Amino acid sequence: MDGHHLHRIGRYGRSLRRFWLSSLQAEFEYQLNLVVELLAVVGNLVGSLFVLRLLFGNGASLGGWSWDAALVVLGLYTLLDGFTSCVLQPNLSQIVNHVQNGTLDFVLLKPIDSQFWLSTRSFSPWGLPGIAAGLALIGWALMQRSSAISPLGLLIGVVLLVSGALILYSLWFLLASLSIWFVKIWNATEVLRYTLVAGRYPISAYPAALRLVFTFVLPVAFLTTVPAEALLGRSSASWVFGSLAAATLALVGTRLFWRYALRHYTSASS
Amino acid sequence: MLPSAGPIVRATGLCKSFRVAHKQPGLAGTVQHLLHRRYRRVEAVRDLSFVIEPGEMVGFLGPNGAGKTTTLKMLSGLIHPSAGQLEVAGCLPQRRQERFLQQITLVMGNRQQLIWDLPPLDSLRVNAAVYGIDEAEARRRIATLAEMLELGEELHRPVRKLSLGQRMKAELLAALLHNPAVLFLDEPTLGLDVNAQARVRDFLADYNRRTGATVLLTSHYMGDITALCDRVLLIHQGELFHDGPLEALTSRLAPCRQVRLELQQSVPAEAFRPYGELETHHGHHVQLLIPRERLTDQVAALLANFPVVDLEVSDPPVEELIGALFRSAGAER
Repeated sequence: MDGHHLHRIGRYGRSLRRFWLSSLQAEFEYQLNLVVELLAVVGNLVGSLFVLRLLFGNGASLGGWSWDAALVVLGLYTLLDGFTSCVLQPNLSQIVNHVQNGTLDFVLLKPIDSQFWLSTRSFSPWGLPGIAAGLALIGWALMQRSSAISPLGLLIGVVLLVSGALILYSLWFLLASLSIWFVKIWNATEVLRYTLVAGRYPISAYPAALRLVFTFVLPVAFLTTVPAEALLGRSSASWVFGSLAAATLALVGTRLFWRYALRHYTSASS
Repeated sequence: MLPSAGPIVRATGLCKSFRVAHKQPGLAGTVQHLLHRRYRRVEAVRDLSFVIEPGEMVGFLGPNGAGKTTTLKMLSGLIHPSAGQLEVAGCLPQRRQERFLQQITLVMGNRQQLIWDLPPLDSLRVNAAVYGIDEAEARRRIATLAEMLELGEELHRPVRKLSLGQRMKAELLAALLHNPAVLFLDEPTLGLDVNAQARVRDFLADYNRRTGATVLLTSHYMGDITALCDRVLLIHQGELFHDGPLEALTSRLAPCRQVRLELQQSVPAEAFRPYGELETHHGHHVQLLIPRERLTDQVAALLANFPVVDLEVSDPPVEELIGALFRSAGAER
């Protein structure tokens, strides 16, 4: 890697720091949000736990998952939902506004990758309670189990979680970039978010047809169930490589699609 | 600045046309549009050629929809030309390479890039990081520009609490932080009151003088153009109608000058016919239109042949001339 590239990476790093510092400052202009978001996270978590408790009743299992294994899935969901609130939602929901208000032009004229800017410009601290709650729940559920988690299982689990997050990001960015053609795409990204709620419970708890949809159409399975299996020490090579392949494909696809969208934007707009 | 000499902007045969959906009004029209879309091709810019030297301040004039903004967007690389060649600061704008983006800036009077809830200073820090300007250098540049723009504590107040004029000045600061060599300004004084307008104008003139930056601007206010630009490009229905000094445009739009005479005693109207076109004739007061190229001879002759008490030569105001041109453009559409 030559000096030019190092310099460039440094500039991207410093930009990201400024992006997030400035959005934190802007968010703290509205401090009441913190209380509201904390309540929302706690409420959501309590609701999910209650439903899960009902499903398990007395000693039953859910799609072959025990109570504490299912808690790992719920913990991963809470963690991903927090990540969504921190980064995905505040950034990707802005794309449609940029298109509507014409401020996308300012982004395109910055000497920085436009996808990088649009994906990382904002950071909302209100997802942090979700991330903390998710981590705590995963940790607690894993400790309840008789067998200790293996370092390899942990490593694969983390890799698969990142892979799941990238799949989610790509899907969301792809939908949001459709606003270049159809300005009112905002609702579609909200629908995506609500569909992902399905990731609260292990994928095998759903009917077979839904399982197929959640694996191949809306890859909910890769978001929570697949990393949970790894953390629980029962992942299979096919799921691990499937997840990595899906993430790579989604990222490359998003990148190419964004370039295509920009070509359309720059040739069609007036 | 550019190491190489020669023009900083070169446009040759620049064209831009795009498809617009053609929809009938009403629900039936909407349904029909969904099933069978019909498009119309609109030629926004046609065969535009011009060259701009480094340091020039050039005004773009034209009625709404004449293609001014489209041209500025092509020059800044936001839209691709349909045909023709374009070179700005030694680059092909539409590729939007970093080397190009570091050298240009675009200010749009109707859009803002500053973060609404934060003081301008925070947006400036973001821009500094993105453009790779280190913090000490950014502070120096902010201090210099803030002084030129007469911005002080406003930089520490949330943007939403600033007046429109203060906001525009802060927008300019944000747009100029990276020392661009070429400025594209689309209606930079839009909506500002007379004082704020004058201050933005003074700043731009001062900035151009100090940095030697090239400035291309569009404005609805003739005042901006007359105060800042030695040269104007008048775009009329997508085509270049005039390229040169504003005065030359006036003479082109109004090939005659108005000569008003006050006489000691009244002279019959027929006596003036050989000198020019008689506009009014009221006893002692006579008003003539005389072609520019014969003006001095004819005025000399008038003075020699008639008992002239007072003589006044004037141009119709440029605003009126261009306004008339724009109205005729509007009527043709």
